[in-house]
Amino acid sequence: MWPLGHLGAVSDKGTAVIELENVAYSYGGGELLADVSLALSPGSFHFLTGPSGSGKTTLLKLCYGALVPTAGQVRLFGQERRTMERDDIAMVRRRIGVVHQDCQFLDHLSVSENIALPLAVSGRDLLAEDANLRELTGWVGLKERANALPPELSGGERQRAALARAVIMSPDVVLADEPTGNVDWEMSQRLLRLLIELNRMGKTILIATHDLALIRAAKSHVQARVLRIASRKLQLAGADL
Amino acid sequence: MKIDLAQVKALLLTDRQADRVVPPTGFTASLTLFSAGVMAFLAVFALALSLATGRLADRWGNELARTATVRISAPEGQMAAQTAAALRVLETTAGVDRARALTDEEQAALLAPWFGPGLPISDLPIPRLIEVIETSDGFDADGLRLRLSAEVPGAMLDDHTRWRQPLVRAASRLRLLGWVSLILIGAAVGAMITLAANAALAANAQVISVLRLVGAQDTYIAHAFVRRFTLRALSGACVGMVLGCGAILLLPSAQIEGGFLTGLGFQGWHWIWPLIIPLLAAAVAFVATRLAAQRTLKDMP
Repeated sequence: MWPLGHLGAVSDKGTAVIELENVAYSYGGGELLADVSLALSPGSFHFLTGPSGSGKTTLLKLCYGALVPTAGQVRLFGQERRTMERDDIAMVRRRIGVVHQDCQFLDHLSVSENIALPLAVSGRDLLAEDANLRELTGWVGLKERANALPPELSGGERQRAALARAVIMSPDVVLADEPTGNVDWEMSQRLLRLLIELNRMGKTILIATHDLALIRAAKSHVQARVLRIASRKLQLAGADL
Repeated sequence: MKIDLAQVKALLLTDRQADRVVPPTGFTASLTLFSAGVMAFLAVFALALSLATGRLADRWGNELARTATVRISAPEGQMAAQTAAALRVLETTAGVDRARALTDEEQAALLAPWFGPGLPISDLPIPRLIEVIETSDGFDADGLRLRLSAEVPGAMLDDHTRWRQPLVRAASRLRLLGWVSLILIGAAVGAMITLAANAALAANAQVISVLRLVGAQDTYIAHAFVRRFTLRALSGACVGMVLGCGAILLLPSAQIEGGFLTGLGFQGWHWIWPLIIPLLAAAVAFVATRLAAQRTLKDMP
C-alpha cells in the first residue's frame, strides 16, 4: 500500500524494547502511577487508555526517557534509565519516534525541513535521504504542503507531519499521545491506518488515547492489546471493549 | 572544560542546516555585535597604552640606567684642567665603558628648549657635562664619588637614579593598569556574551525541547548557539578593532617635545597585537556561550 522499504524491520525480536518494572511516579505530593509493569515486545501494538489526568502522558514520557521513575525500573532497549546520560537519552530518542498531542515544530523551518529534523540532528546526509523524505511526505499526504511553515498547517496536517517526523529515522518504536485528539473521524482513521502500516513493517506501536471508537476500528485490522490506567495501576483491558 | 581542535573545526564547518535550527534574532544580534565592537575599540586603546608605557619603562630602565653624568663646576680658568682630571679618573674606573665631555654646541642644544635658540652660552658660567657610559656590570657610584671629590673638587656625579626611578615606576604602573584594563574588558565581553546567550537559550526553550525530542545531543544544540555568538563577537570585534586602530593612527605622531604623551600607539611589529583582539573576543565568546549552554541544557528535560 505504501512502498516504504527504507523503514525496514526491527531487529532483536524477542526481548522487550521498552520495559517498566514496578514503576511508580509522583508529582510533588500525590502519586500518579504505582506499581506499573509493562513490557513492549518488538512488533507489538498497544493502546493505552484511561480517563483524563490518569497518567497516560506520564507513562509515555517514562517510556521515552523524558521522566525518571520515582520508584521501580525503566529499561529502554535494555539500558536502565537511571544509569543513562543525557547523550544516551538522545541516542535512544533516535530509535523511538514520539507523536505528541500538541505537536511542536520549529516554526521558522518548512514542514519538509521539520520532518527531516531528526536526520539533520543525527548528522545524516540530507541529500542522500532526500528521496526517502519525499516518499514519506507523500505517504502522510503532505506533498503539497512541504514548503509551508508549521503555523500554517491545520490540526490534522500537524499530526501527520509529527508522525512523519517520528518515523523518518526508521525507529523501532512509535509512541503516540492522543494522535487523533485534534482531528475529525476521517483524519483519525487515516492516521490509524498509517500507524497500522508501520506496525506491519515491524515497528512497536503504543498509542495513548481515550477514543474507544478508534480502538475498536483498529482491532479489526491489527492484533492490538489494550492497557488501561485505573486508580494509579495499569491493567490489561478485557477483550469486550 | 576541554576544547580541542576538532571541536573548533566542527564549529567552523557546521552545515547551514544546524545553524538554522535556532531562529534568527535581529535586535539582540545587533546589540551583541555593537557591544563586542565597543569593547574591541576600548581594548585597542588599553593595548596601545600598555605597549607605549612598556616601551618608556624599558627605555628609562635600560638605556638610561647605563648612563651617568659628571658635572664640573669650576672657575673659568680651571674648567679645562678639572675636566681633563675628571676624564682621567673616569678612564681608570672599573665599570666605565667610555666617558666624553660634551661640546659647547651640544650643551647649547640641551639648553635651547628652556632658554630658546641664540643663547650666548660662552658668556654664561655654565658647568661642563661629561657623559659616562657604563659597561654592563656598572660601576661603584659611591667609590667613584669619593675618588672624584679627592681629585676633582668641582666634580659632581649624577647617576640619574634620583629622577629615573619614579618615572620608571610610574610607567610600569601605567603599563600594569593597561593590562588590567585589557583583562577587565575581556571579562566584560565574557559577561555580556553570557547574558546574551542565556537570554537566547531561554527564548528558545521550545526549540531546544523539540531538538531534544527528535534525538539531538547537547553538543549539537550548544553548537548552534556557540557558533552564532562566536561569529557575532568575532565580526563585532573586527569592526571595533579597525576603528580603534584608525583612531590611533590619527593621533599626532611622537615628538621630542611632547615626551611620552604623544608616543601612544603601536610601533613596528606591535601592530600585530590589535589583530589578536578579535580572536580573543571570539575565544571568550566561544567559552562563555559553551558554558552557558552546558549549564542551561543540563537543567532541561
